[in-house]
Amino acid sequence: MSNTLVVGLDGSPAGERALAYTKRLAGLIGDCKIEVVFVIEWSPYSFQTPEENASRQKARSAAIKAANERIIDPAINALTSEGFQAEGRVLHGKVAHLLNSVALETNAEQIIVARSTESGLSARVFGSVTANLVMSSTVPVTVVN
Amino acid sequence: MNRLRYWAAMPAMLLMLLQTSLAHAESLDQKVNAIFASSTGWFVNLIFAPLPGTSFPWIVLWLVVGASVFTLYFGFVQFRAVRHSISLVKGDYSDPKDAGEVSHFQALTTALSGTVGLGNIAGVAVAVGIGGAGATFWMILAGLLGMASKFTECTLGVKYRNEYKDGTVSGGPMYYISKGFAERGLPGGKFLAALFAVFCILGAFGGGNMFQSNQAHAQISSVMGSYPGWITGVIFALIVFMVIVGGIKSIARVTEKVVPLMAFLYVGAALVILIINADKIFWAFGQIFEGAFTGLGVAGGLVGALIQGFKRAAFSNEAGVGSAAIAHSAVKTNEPVTEGLVSLLEPFIDTVVICTMTALVIIITGQLLVDANTGLYVIEAGRIVTADGSSGVALTSAAFGSAISWFPYLLVVAVILFAFSTMISWSYYGLKAWTYLFGEGKNAELAFKLLFCGFVVVGAAADLGPVIDFSDAAIFAMAVVNITGLYFLMPIVKREMNSYFKRLKSGEIKKFK
Repeated sequence: MSNTLVVGLDGSPAGERALAYTKRLAGLIGDCKIEVVFVIEWSPYSFQTPEENASRQKARSAAIKAANERIIDPAINALTSEGFQAEGRVLHGKVAHLLNSVALETNAEQIIVARSTESGLSARVFGSVTANLVMSSTVPVTVVN
Repeated sequence: MNRLRYWAAMPAMLLMLLQTSLAHAESLDQKVNAIFASSTGWFVNLIFAPLPGTSFPWIVLWLVVGASVFTLYFGFVQFRAVRHSISLVKGDYSDPKDAGEVSHFQALTTALSGTVGLGNIAGVAVAVGIGGAGATFWMILAGLLGMASKFTECTLGVKYRNEYKDGTVSGGPMYYISKGFAERGLPGGKFLAALFAVFCILGAFGGGNMFQSNQAHAQISSVMGSYPGWITGVIFALIVFMVIVGGIKSIARVTEKVVPLMAFLYVGAALVILIINADKIFWAFGQIFEGAFTGLGVAGGLVGALIQGFKRAAFSNEAGVGSAAIAHSAVKTNEPVTEGLVSLLEPFIDTVVICTMTALVIIITGQLLVDANTGLYVIEAGRIVTADGSSGVALTSAAFGSAISWFPYLLVVAVILFAFSTMISWSYYGLKAWTYLFGEGKNAELAFKLLFCGFVVVGAAADLGPVIDFSDAAIFAMAVVNITGLYFLMPIVKREMNSYFKRLKSGEIKKFK
């Protein structure tokens, strides 16, 4: 049975470093599948205007399409061209929760993410995405600098 | 020396200029008021015509009967399904694959931001100011019965919505009446749908716009001092213009996020006042029950209290009016009944909780004057005499201000935000009705939006009386058409409801959380 590594990308250079580390790790493991995940931060409990609701499906499809084109597809193409077995997905929700869910679903060995670049009040009050993932994850997490 | 005289005369000249412009401004308000009252009077009289031989407006009976019929027909769904409704709002039954789509919570809160507004603050003050404490009882009853009306219309709103290829959604009575009637082979669906759209446009201009700007101006001027209403109207109209014509969505987004906070602050402040006056709560409920069945001397007695309670509840929670069905139709669900079940929480939050809070604060703080000898209200010109002679939003402000001195300032902010969010919601409802009638197109949409901004100014400049009458008449005219449609389409809702509950019971519909 092959191993699975889950890597979370956010379109930033730090995410690229996480991907590079994942490739190195996968190369060391050998028989390994890489699951590339991009999460669009979203809450079902946010407040919206009627107009936003009416065009929500359209906005969601556009966001998924853009994420696939700009982040997931280039990453998958690069991985497969280098001989790695890779799959990708774009999800809506809370980053920490969803990365852990994907790891559980794919029976992954570990999750690899870059260190959060977010700052400001919400990160101070609620903690960064990376910190939340490290605190709540049920599989090992590697944080790449 | 001449120059000195010139400068000395300047302040006097400026003062004279200001006085002249204010006099002109006041007369502009009066002119707007006179034109508005005379041009809408016939419509108001038609909607509020009394039943033959009585003083009971037929429209109030229409609303009561409608809500009661739906309550009985759906077997008191508003009471037996509340727990499941809350589960749906929490997302317990939402498929994680649908993440990023409009959730039940979002559809509910968006609809609530259209209904929680000045109806809860000013409308309730109008109800108890005319109908006394007893109006509160009928308001709560109307809220509870109205939950079934909301369930019916929002289920249909989702079932018959239009989902376009580009991923946008349009729904509401216009669509379910025309499609539902066609599906059942009934004639007149398209005519009723068009008639609803006409009244929805009037409702958007009335309750969704003029009433809001009128009462926002009343609250601002009660705190800042009197000044012409058209000034508030023009400022409001410019902001609304920036959002709906200029496309500056950030203003609307900020409002949508701040309004729930304001609602919590408002309810929180009301709770604090009730706790401070905890010893009077039983007395207040006594007044509410006694007033409900005797009127405690209000004009029209029991019937007077009932009319005011039902009118203001319907105006506030819009149950049976059809507007909420437009907002709820954007939700992501394959089961239309689920949105009906979620929507029935709306009249509960709006009327049973928030409106009751407002009424209790007005009663408990002793704003309604009672004759010490008879125990009945002191009546003057058909209204209950209040502690400082205020009515409408100023009465609510005085009630909160008597317990928390700085609250009227916070209320100004809350009123402006509530008014603004309600206007934004109704501009959308009105636009949907407008495009249903005239088709989608930039020019048609711009014409509606400009008219909408114009009515903001008219509402702020006109008196409360004619504005309330027209706003009520327009909203209730929507209810006449919508409830007629609901009577013919309710068997479809029942079929959907029975099928859903059967599958829920059998375990076919599963929880995801």
